[in-house]
Amino acid sequence: MPATAATAATALPADPMVPVPYRITRVARELSDTFTVDLVPARGKAPFRFAPGQFNMLYVYGVGEVPISISGDPADGARVRHTIRAVGTVTDALRRLKKGAMVGLRGPFGTPWPLDLTEGCDVLIIGGGVGLAPLRPAIYEVLNNRDRYGKVCLFYGARTPDDILFRGELEKWRGRFDMFVDVTVDRATGRWAGPVGVVTQLIRRGGFDAYHACALVCGPEVMMRFAVPTLNEIGVANDRIFVSMERNMKCAVGFCGHCQFGGAFVCKDGPVFRYDTISKLFNVREL
Amino acid sequence: MSAKQKSESAARVVPADGLDALIRALARAGYTTIGPRVEDGAVTYRPVGSAADLPLDMVDEQGGGTYRLRASKGAGYFAHVVGPHSWKRYLYPPRQLMWRASRARSGFAVEAPEPAADKLAFIGVRACELRAMEIQDRVFDNGQFTDPGYRARRAAALVVAVNCGRAGDTCFCVSAGGGPRVEDGYDILLTEFPGKDHTFLVQAGSARGARVVKALRGGRDAGEADLRAAQRRTDAAAKAMGRELAGDAPQVLRENLEHPHWQRVAERCLNCANCTMVCPTCFCSTVEDVTALDGSHAERWRTWDSCFTTDFSYIHGGAIRRGGAARYRQWITHKLASWHEQFGTSGCTGCGRCITWCPVGIDITEEVRALAARGGRK
Repeated sequence: MPATAATAATALPADPMVPVPYRITRVARELSDTFTVDLVPARGKAPFRFAPGQFNMLYVYGVGEVPISISGDPADGARVRHTIRAVGTVTDALRRLKKGAMVGLRGPFGTPWPLDLTEGCDVLIIGGGVGLAPLRPAIYEVLNNRDRYGKVCLFYGARTPDDILFRGELEKWRGRFDMFVDVTVDRATGRWAGPVGVVTQLIRRGGFDAYHACALVCGPEVMMRFAVPTLNEIGVANDRIFVSMERNMKCAVGFCGHCQFGGAFVCKDGPVFRYDTISKLFNVREL
Repeated sequence: MSAKQKSESAARVVPADGLDALIRALARAGYTTIGPRVEDGAVTYRPVGSAADLPLDMVDEQGGGTYRLRASKGAGYFAHVVGPHSWKRYLYPPRQLMWRASRARSGFAVEAPEPAADKLAFIGVRACELRAMEIQDRVFDNGQFTDPGYRARRAAALVVAVNCGRAGDTCFCVSAGGGPRVEDGYDILLTEFPGKDHTFLVQAGSARGARVVKALRGGRDAGEADLRAAQRRTDAAAKAMGRELAGDAPQVLRENLEHPHWQRVAERCLNCANCTMVCPTCFCSTVEDVTALDGSHAERWRTWDSCFTTDFSYIHGGAIRRGGAARYRQWITHKLASWHEQFGTSGCTGCGRCITWCPVGIDITEEVRALAARGGRK
């Protein structure tokens, strides 16, 4: 029931500050530093509902807790899927966990990609690096309801060909006749024959109707900083651009103050923001 | 106060020893009474057993980066203003256990403590501090999430407020909208009339407050003249206030995010986080995961944190706010501007603690003025 997935997902957990035990049912290596884990509740079989773009707080026993975007299909209530890049103590510890291990989960938290608003529009999905992970549930949702949207374009940039996330799926999506997929790398290695350069260069090539397009953007802040002016240039207005922000988070419920971005708490007012609501702050350094 | 409230509320004028009777009555009613005490040369909020524990005839001299207590004969019990403590340390303790986990068969089990709310009676809550509580009420019930511990403690706490008869040297509650007159939100309100005929006007603001006030012996029912005298006390304090927060502070800050003045503040600011620790509304926290050496138990503690640390904004790759200028900007912009967007109110009550307890005397009111005056505003 993909249609209800997005709306039902906003139901909040019982005590949002206390982690619920989940068990790892599958670990898959994606890249040298990136992996995907599937989780199911350790007790009970209540389906996990979330909306594309939301995140969970994952706790490793005795190590700590980090915010991680959900990277799975919102229509799949049976398991919770996260794709994680090991960049610190907790994510390193997560990488060492094996099938059967337990983690704590709090969530889902945050605002989703506005897939109901984008209905009828051409959908531009623009990702950089591991930023493709929080976009993947949106891609699933759009493809699950393909007839509700216009053109669907995915533009993805990675550092090198070896850093291309979800390569198999990208190839599969690229093979579809109802989706445009283009991938670029910062630095070509090996037998890479595709585009080289920043992801913004790809945006002009989708053949979409910019005046009836909505863009979902997730990646390093610097990449988003370049993507927005390019989108503006070709005619996508700021109120049709949505970006996913990242900040330090401890509580995910708006109490700890760490994720503040101007007047917004990224944990509950974000992570997905309509760009015109934050455009004044987006280019202020060290905010 | 509505007419109905007035009719059911008691207002009495009692001799000074009525304060002691009040504290003892609260203790008998099962409250742990917390009030101002002199500790290490400053007035702090600690358990008090009787009026004798209060700082009788003590006055504080405060300024940017200075605080001194001195004796002042006949000044009364509440002649001091606010010290380094605020009531947030009782409603939102500096260190709280969030949950415990213990290693179990093939995993772990998590157990969260029930929110315990001891019956606390706060004695001597100023108008600015009541305002701070109302502000934190909004923080910990933000429309999406509620902090059950905070809510329980707040509901259990009995507030004995006191009208300020004197303005502190760093106070600016009049311009910040925090006082000095207590308007509502109290169970019992005291106005002290020090001097030879040392008395208190005691007013009840709630049913549980009225029960305590009605039981007070001695003294007399208060009349209009007593209420007018109380008004004169707070009017005098308001008039004596030396500092002022600019009314357009939110706009000044929002429009000057890239102002060169931030660098000049950063040259003075030590990033010590004192201002955030003494602020009665600052609410930022971090979590600390503690694990037993043998791994059998783990605990999560929530502790006060400050936006002045570099760690505060850390995400993989480094801190977002690397420089002191960005951190000071975050603090003051949040307090005076973003707070409005987040909670529909300023985060500042004008208590002046951040000025007094800043080791280099950075003055929040002056910084706003400097940003406005340096031509950054269009």
